Amino acid sequence: MSSKAAALRLQIESVLAGRHASPFEYRDRRIVETVPAGVPAIDNLTGGLPRGSLTEIYGPPCAGKTSFLVSTLASRTTASEVCALVDARDAFDLRSAESMGVKLNQLVWVRCRNADQALRATDLLIQGGGFGLIALDLSDTPPCEVRSVSLPVWFRFRRAVEYTPTILLLLDQESNAKSCASLVLRLRTEETNWSQTSESPEEISLPHPPGLLLDGWKSYAEIVRSSAKPQERAAISKDFRKDGADFEMQTIWNASHATQRRHISALPQGARKKR
Amino acid sequence: MAFASIFVPNFMVQAVVRAEPALRERALALIDGNPPLCNVVAVDEKAAQAGIECGMTKANAAQFPGVEIRPRSRPQEKSAHAALLDIGWSVSPQIEDTAEDAIVLDLSGLDHLYRSEGEIAAHLAQRSSGCGLLPNVAVASNIETAVLAARGFTGTTVIPLGKESEYLSSLPVSVLPLSEETAETLNRWGVHTCGALAGLPVLQISERLGQEGVHLHALARGAESRSPIVAEQAISFEEEMALDDAVEELDPLSFLLGRLLDQLCARLAARSLAAVAIRVHFELQPAFENAIDPRKEPALQKYLPAVYDTRIELPIPMRDSKMLLKLLRLRLQSNPPAAPIQKMALVAESVRPRAMQGGLFLPCYPEPAKLELTIARIANVVGEGNVGSPSLTDTHCPDGFQMRRFLISIDAGKFDIEKKDSFRREQRNQFFKTPASFRAFRPPVPARLELHEECPVRVMFQGMQGRVLAASGPWRISGDWWRENPWQQEEWDLEIDFLPSMGRDASANRRPDRGVYRLYYDALRQSWFVRGIYD
Repeated sequence: MSSKAAALRLQIESVLAGRHASPFEYRDRRIVETVPAGVPAIDNLTGGLPRGSLTEIYGPPCAGKTSFLVSTLASRTTASEVCALVDARDAFDLRSAESMGVKLNQLVWVRCRNADQALRATDLLIQGGGFGLIALDLSDTPPCEVRSVSLPVWFRFRRAVEYTPTILLLLDQESNAKSCASLVLRLRTEETNWSQTSESPEEISLPHPPGLLLDGWKSYAEIVRSSAKPQERAAISKDFRKDGADFEMQTIWNASHATQRRHISALPQGARKKR
Repeated sequence: MAFASIFVPNFMVQAVVRAEPALRERALALIDGNPPLCNVVAVDEKAAQAGIECGMTKANAAQFPGVEIRPRSRPQEKSAHAALLDIGWSVSPQIEDTAEDAIVLDLSGLDHLYRSEGEIAAHLAQRSSGCGLLPNVAVASNIETAVLAARGFTGTTVIPLGKESEYLSSLPVSVLPLSEETAETLNRWGVHTCGALAGLPVLQISERLGQEGVHLHALARGAESRSPIVAEQAISFEEEMALDDAVEELDPLSFLLGRLLDQLCARLAARSLAAVAIRVHFELQPAFENAIDPRKEPALQKYLPAVYDTRIELPIPMRDSKMLLKLLRLRLQSNPPAAPIQKMALVAESVRPRAMQGGLFLPCYPEPAKLELTIARIANVVGEGNVGSPSLTDTHCPDGFQMRRFLISIDAGKFDIEKKDSFRREQRNQFFKTPASFRAFRPPVPARLELHEECPVRVMFQGMQGRVLAASGPWRISGDWWRENPWQQEEWDLEIDFLPSMGRDASANRRPDRGVYRLYYDALRQSWFVRGIYD
């Protein structure tokens, strides 16, 4: 029996000679390095973004995809990595990105007019190599246009970034990369938070009271697919038992108000009264 | 003190062959003059064996089968001479620009770098062949002997001190700078070699040929000496090529550009320099036939530009001709010349090459040269100015930014843990939650609003209609009133609940059922626009 197995093995090896070096060699599962995305709730849930893999974030507009993307860009550019953003609809807002800590001089921004240009630019960037993060933002591209991108394109992208330190991040409205993505997250909006600065009861009773400020909004992130096994997730993520988590976005002015409030609350009682 | 002389025999032919190396294997004759009166001015060895001689007319030379006939190229001769000087400067800073086809190097002080004078001569010959020239190199104790030996002996020659007369004795007198009259006189005397001339008594030569004879006698003995006239080092590197037939298509053009770049890079390498920018200058074919339309007024004629100029800035100093050719091709693809090219020139702006050592634990970053190529390729897809590094402009105007060329800073790869920690600390202090970001609509989308007591209550844009659930504003901003394009806006943050049945076709961009948008009223244009969405 063993001689038959050996003969069979020899036959297979001879057939695959030149195409596969050693088909029967045991290979350890690749240990994937993950890096924090800069959104604590999602980092706790997923353990971070895997390098050398395709990560897909999808959801409707206003679900927090851009906030997630910009947080990730801030995290990576601060770590002195060079990042690239392929913007299919030229929608990247620089002022909010800079205020969130993105180092713009570490970012290559590609402003495209359609999905075709975006895919070609992404392909060139992946082939160029050396980027810490390549983000393909198809959030504003009509879903039917993204749906028409064939699966082999995503597969090719996945294979191109494999065994490289590059994180390939895809943002769209519907899941398109399917099994080519190592991590798929679905985001949805839960509620929008407004704060009332006016204290007059008459003003507050109006249909649109003055002095209203946008505080932020709450979203929910759900893991749709993760290539990490449960024991691997347990090693890298805190909330590995959960499949989803809430996370909140807050506006810049709200953050600065909150900081002020925190500073005031940290002051001694007497000093607080004086203020 | 020793001197080396480099002499390029048959310089006109070698200059042409340098630009077109395939001609080295063929019989070549160069013609010059005003057509149709063109005569052969130079021939290579194979053409000479075939029977072509200088002075023949072009028609006569054309009767010889298998002989390439090319016009003499002064731009290529100029480039070849510049290359010759670069070869000299690659070894010694003291160079004399003796003639178009010859230079002299002062070798004093080089004994610490080279083991022998023979090694220097071999090194010069090797450098020359790298630049596409096959010269004679001679080393001697004085300039004149070195020059005569380089003109007379093929290959490399090293003349030991005191043996100048012995070495030169076998050379013909034609290597000496003879006037026509003196040459005839020496021929009449039966003096054909330098040795024969050196054997004559100097007093009698002085009586018959004067000071010229004394000078020639000293040269023939190898006893004439003088100081070199040092040439100033050139810092620009230029290669030119004039074409017989104008080139229109990119593929043949890039073939020619590749040759020029190869020569340019070889010269840069010889001087241990690298290019930080490449300037391209094309002279275009005057296209009168295409440009002049007799039916139009002369003032309305479309005159095509006569020259094409472009400049390619490089992210790091480089001298990789293949990489430079790729960048040049991409530039010509995105911005092609308006007419066929009949003459081309490439100028390299040179600097010292960058020497940098990478670290083992540094984060990865793209290789600068490769990144430049990638960005150039992407610019071909998305358009020039749509790829690069963004930077905010110094204005309060929303969406004020400019695109810059992306350059990797020297410390791009430094992993600064302190910086990273400070970012985290800052983020923790400022944001308890994830900071909210914004997506811009470029250009802003026109909108229609219904107001109630100056507050938006209903919004319509992109075929969608929605009810305003909450509104924050107006936030008034204005600026640039002192310029031609002032702006004055009132911004609102609106939470909009879209009505489900209003014009959402499948091809349109899907909008959420509810979302927070930023709209503004343009007070100068008196209309509403959607600036973007919080996402």
